[in-house]
Amino acid sequence: MAELQLKSHRFRTEREASWRRLESLMGKAQQRAANRLTDEELLEVPVLYRSAMSSLSVARSISLDQGATTYLESLCLRAYLFVYGVRSTPLERLARFFADDWPQAVRKLWPETIAALLLFALGAVTAYVLTLGDPDWFYSFIPADMAQGRDPSTSTAALRGTLYDSDDKLAGFAAFLFTHNAQIAIFAFALGFAFCLPTALLLVYNGLSMGAFVALFVSRGLGLEVAGWLMIHGVTEIFAVVLAGAAGFHIGRAVIQPGDRPRVEAAADAGRTAALAMAGVVAMLMAAGLLEGFGRQLITLDAARFAVAAATALLWGLYFYLPRRRRA
Amino acid sequence: MSALDVSRAAGERPLITPEGVDLRVRIASTGERAAALLIDLAILLGVTIAGLLLWAGAALAVGEKGGEYLFAIFAIVGFFLRNAWFIVFELAPSAATPGKRALGLRVAARNGGRLTAEAILARNAMRELELFLPLSLLIWATFSRQDGVDGWTNLLGVVWAGVFALFPMFNRDHLRVGDLLAGTWVVHAPKVSLLRDLVDDRPMLQDRFAFTEAQLDAYGVKELHVLEDVLRKVDRKVMTAVAERIRRKIGWTAASDEMDQTFLSAYYAALRGRLETRMLLGKRKRDKFDTA
Repeated sequence: MAELQLKSHRFRTEREASWRRLESLMGKAQQRAANRLTDEELLEVPVLYRSAMSSLSVARSISLDQGATTYLESLCLRAYLFVYGVRSTPLERLARFFADDWPQAVRKLWPETIAALLLFALGAVTAYVLTLGDPDWFYSFIPADMAQGRDPSTSTAALRGTLYDSDDKLAGFAAFLFTHNAQIAIFAFALGFAFCLPTALLLVYNGLSMGAFVALFVSRGLGLEVAGWLMIHGVTEIFAVVLAGAAGFHIGRAVIQPGDRPRVEAAADAGRTAALAMAGVVAMLMAAGLLEGFGRQLITLDAARFAVAAATALLWGLYFYLPRRRRA
Repeated sequence: MSALDVSRAAGERPLITPEGVDLRVRIASTGERAAALLIDLAILLGVTIAGLLLWAGAALAVGEKGGEYLFAIFAIVGFFLRNAWFIVFELAPSAATPGKRALGLRVAARNGGRLTAEAILARNAMRELELFLPLSLLIWATFSRQDGVDGWTNLLGVVWAGVFALFPMFNRDHLRVGDLLAGTWVVHAPKVSLLRDLVDDRPMLQDRFAFTEAQLDAYGVKELHVLEDVLRKVDRKVMTAVAERIRRKIGWTAASDEMDQTFLSAYYAALRGRLETRMLLGKRKRDKFDTA
């Protein structure tokens, strides 16, 4: 045995083929979807992965071959990230999201949803009462560029006109409304971690402007009409904003009361549930934007507007809160 | 545990997989993450500009009324492009946007477990607040040029939003607020190719290089790895210098026809054999000063 035979060398020669196989599979997996791994190859990955992990452990304790250890570390990390990576294709994921994840996340937020709804209602009622008593309050709650010429100085006929005249720029308007509302919702969510305060303010503020707006029309005897005009999309939109606020509260609550876990961990946990609910809220706001931009301008009959409002309320309510069997 | 006692490089963190192996990931630095983001934004901007040009062309073709609808479609597509770009790419098996991929980065779960779609959604929903809000505030503040109260409000807004943008610079793992909430971090996942084992090219005439135990105990693991790097680089000058140092240290008299590279290969193989044998017996000689 004059020939020097290193254990680490023999170990490497024996295992090298399986490492290379794993490497080639990883390379293939990271390329585009066109040449995805076949079923057999997919079954092969975990086996090769575990063997590479054990190789790494062994190499660390018996081998001083830096080249091999570095290679194994990188290979194992790549394989680990693949094996424990996101496990579904975007389309499957999307289907599961709407079928299970979203309603489930929304249901989990129910205490926060009630709180958010109460805050919104508080704002709305306050502004409504104040504006009915003294129309000047209207100017404090609604900035001029948002009122678009609908304020206490407008004549009743003109106000009625704004409820039924169709706007020329339907589609552009719908898109604008959608991005505008989506941003408000995202802020309500994203600001939640600052101990819920900014989210609460945003909700009250939104309630205030709605209350003042309704009060203006009610004071001119247009109460029923404005309700139809508002509710056709408002059911969806207000619900979406309230849910966004609830998602924000959920994170904020975890930051305030993390329980027996570290604050960061609790926030991360809450953040995941809240983000799921949030992703759906964006879809909801898009529906609201379409209802507001198109539905409201095209449907001018009060009864039809109320029918749409009731239908959306029923639909969302059933979709989110109807008890259902849990899938494994 | 002496065998696992490997000194940690800067930016390295333990990542214990469910199998119980520590993978020691390297965290992406703030600069690398900024660079990856800039690449992504450049691509998004390019796509947006191309979309605008297409829209303008199409609007000319279908007339003004149709143009309104096209604008609506374009605005919604733009919103989704911005928000979906990161989510779709990070949900893919490589868990990295093109910008991250270009820098060899990817997203991983901080606790070593599975990276979930919810985590990806959460970390990207926060991006709207961290990135697009400061950006739009900045653009707004630049173009509106208001005096007095509004100007100050804008400034305050920019400062407030800047806190989020700078957040990654002031924590150990360079986490964004989004990473913090989602329980993720961004790590290096470079492709390393397997280099050949240097023991393969040790000289055939092993007998000529019969080192004594004392000669092999002159160095430790650290020096062995330096020697490995020297041998892999194959720089004649460096090898001569290193061979001289080693010969002097271990008191080795070179034969007249002895090549520096041959000597170094032989010493490397012998030293590795010696150190590995001792490691099996539980003694890991860290460097030449380690006399335990």
